[in-house]
Amino acid sequence: MTDRGGVVAAATGVEALTTEEPVGRPTGWWGMVMFVATEATLFACLLGSYFYLRFQHGPVWPPDGIDKPKLLIPLVMTGVLVPSSLPVVWAEHGIRRGQRWRLRAGLAATLVMGLSFMALLVIEYREDLTHFTMTTNVYGSLFYVITGFHGLHVSVGLAMIGWLLAASLRGGSFGSHRHERVRNAAIYWHFVDTVWVAILFTIYLSPRL
Amino acid sequence: MSTTTSTPPGIGRDDLARLAEHWDEPRSLRAWFTTVDHKKIGRRYLVTAAFFFVLAGLSALVMRTQLARPESGVLSPQEYNQLFTMHGTAMIFLFATPMLFGFGNFLVPLMIGSRDMAFPRLNAFGYWVFLFAGLFMWASLPFGAAPNNGWFAYAPLNQDQHNPGLHMDVYALGLLFLGISTTSGAINFIVTALKLRAPGMSLNRVPLFVWAIVATAFMVVFALPALNTDNALLFLDRRFDTHFFDPGGGGNVLLWQHLFWIFGHPDVYIIVMPGLGIVSAVLPAFTRRGVVGYPLIVLAIVAISIVSFGVWVHHMFATGLPQLSYSFFSAASTIITIPSGIQIFAWLATMMLGRLVLRTPLLFVIGFIVTFVLGGFTGAMFALTAFDQQVTDSYFVVAHFHYVLLGGALFPILAGIYFWLPKITGRMYHEGLGRWAFWLVFTGMHVTFFPMHLYGLFGMPRRVYTYRSDLGWDVGNLISSIGSYVLALGLLLVLIGVVHAIRRGRPAGPDPWAGDSLEWSAASPPEAYNFPVIPRVHSLHPTWDERTAESTTTGATKDRILSEGKRTLFTSELDARPERAAQMPEPSFKPLVLAGVLLVFFTALLLGAYPVAVAAVLAVAATIAAWLWPPRRPDEEIGIAS
Repeated sequence: MTDRGGVVAAATGVEALTTEEPVGRPTGWWGMVMFVATEATLFACLLGSYFYLRFQHGPVWPPDGIDKPKLLIPLVMTGVLVPSSLPVVWAEHGIRRGQRWRLRAGLAATLVMGLSFMALLVIEYREDLTHFTMTTNVYGSLFYVITGFHGLHVSVGLAMIGWLLAASLRGGSFGSHRHERVRNAAIYWHFVDTVWVAILFTIYLSPRL
Repeated sequence: MSTTTSTPPGIGRDDLARLAEHWDEPRSLRAWFTTVDHKKIGRRYLVTAAFFFVLAGLSALVMRTQLARPESGVLSPQEYNQLFTMHGTAMIFLFATPMLFGFGNFLVPLMIGSRDMAFPRLNAFGYWVFLFAGLFMWASLPFGAAPNNGWFAYAPLNQDQHNPGLHMDVYALGLLFLGISTTSGAINFIVTALKLRAPGMSLNRVPLFVWAIVATAFMVVFALPALNTDNALLFLDRRFDTHFFDPGGGGNVLLWQHLFWIFGHPDVYIIVMPGLGIVSAVLPAFTRRGVVGYPLIVLAIVAISIVSFGVWVHHMFATGLPQLSYSFFSAASTIITIPSGIQIFAWLATMMLGRLVLRTPLLFVIGFIVTFVLGGFTGAMFALTAFDQQVTDSYFVVAHFHYVLLGGALFPILAGIYFWLPKITGRMYHEGLGRWAFWLVFTGMHVTFFPMHLYGLFGMPRRVYTYRSDLGWDVGNLISSIGSYVLALGLLLVLIGVVHAIRRGRPAGPDPWAGDSLEWSAASPPEAYNFPVIPRVHSLHPTWDERTAESTTTGATKDRILSEGKRTLFTSELDARPERAAQMPEPSFKPLVLAGVLLVFFTALLLGAYPVAVAAVLAVAATIAAWLWPPRRPDEEIGIAS
């Protein structure tokens, strides 16, 4: 058993870490892509339900004298959320080169933009809730459940970003040899952004067509 | 770094000792709760799903007892509603899919020459969630609060004003809870099959069973969200007064049916497809040749999994949708019989060209072909809208889908149990007992369900708790009930056979059937690390192939022994070229904790304790954050630019 020390060294040393180093597509990447695929299908089902219920409902949409959705806040929300993917990309490219400051700065920027989006959503809800609620009719149910479900996803994405930021501030978490978690959270965040565009079209723009 | 400098011929004793040191889990209570070994998890899936099968089967026996005579009073209508709903729901969601996932969990890593699944801890988590969700649903029965709306739970009867009480809340929440397990399991299968195949196992050498599991997993990924959406909206309607399925508020009851069957028809194939995979895995050992038309079968598997998403409306031919949509879905439903037919004829050709070894697993495969083809036959009849509208909601439908599901899932599962029992337990079953079980199950199945075609055509509707004796259904129902007891007796013999094998069976040896796929190259039961040397695969039938065998003995190389650490090999997706050795996770309590917190969450939702549910969500987030937290390493090691 002259190898004994060798085993311990192998489990704790550089050798062990290279087993985390991405070569080809890592399993985590595939896992996240599949997860996003199933989540995207969930949103497709929700948006499909929106159009199904709308066209089964009759010509007047939104029904019962509810105004067509106002566009100003949702467009500002779009302007905040969609570009928030850029700092994540920039951060991810930074950590691939071992630049931790870029990771921290990029994640912080995305965190701020995502939180702004959530704040705008709250403002939007406060305005809407004076006119109709989830229980008013099927339009209200669709409106709040779909946007709320997306808001929930943004919150989950923000939790991921905040978690990455906390881990990166501690140090010793990410570097050019280990950035798979950053990549996976970034994929989720891009997904949350992209879905918003579909929601903007469905909930806010399509009633005006 | 290792001190070994030269490549040894075969594997050395010190390598084996190191592998055992890294992979073996101690026999302790702690190890029982923390295991991430795919074989133990697979076994647990099989045993737990079998347990739910017994509960669902006993429910059916009670119902058949009630229906044996007209106007009998064994069950009240309310009890009958709960029993038939739990029977269907449990058989579909808690037995068929998890049982086949159990086979997949045990076998996929062995068949592709890997040492574990891609995400072992996620695998353990999926099992605990399945167990808890199953108990969550069954626990409602003693309280008289079990789901009572039929397994497809149509609106508007599933709404609060028509169906008060917890019944349908249990249904919606239970299936959402279970969906977490099914989805995580499916993703795990896909990634495992893509990344963990032994070097050389390019896509055209992947066993048909693994193809079937992967196709199933893809269907789960894209079909299950529809059911989850449906159940989430149902729960919101019931608890928070939204109006998705409520026409009074502008909603639409048919939305439920659309979403349900967008999931539900692929689900038929989610259940049957792995069963077909088992058939393709069993046949080579008992015909002494490969399955005929491997590429055609793979194409058929892929085609079925795609086309199955375009046939859902054939469950809704009686709902008054536009005629044009009937034509489309009628055509799609007819087309899907082509790839199914290709598989059947490939198996028949395999049996015709091969040398048959008539043992219990093959008997069940033959029973499968007979039964499944009969079920497919009535299925093709349903594709004709006019016929469908005549027999919808009658016992003819009940007969049809029991032929499909017992034929397509139960018979292959039983074949699989007898086939892989020697691999799982290391012990051989009693052949005579197995044959008795087959003939009783086969006879019982046909005696139970064949008469249902007839009294279905004579007008007996499904889901009635009793009937009057002047309608001419008495004799048929009595025959069905007698058949169901025979069927139960046969299944009891299967159970006795399994227990007998574990207790008294003779040692099976690694390869009792002279099988073709890689699991027969591992020990029985397999070592914790599955393969001392990860094989290099040279053909579609690696265990029949001398070069593959040589790669694990005299041709063993250090990059496939990987004894320094708990490691397995990752390879490229299409060609399975080696990429790197990957460190696999150690046992952990976190999967159990996470599943437990989710159980608290769903129970709190059910009972309306929403603050508890919010706390549980925070606990879920904290557990996941701790689970994935990156271990700390020195800067120079993880690569920080100064």
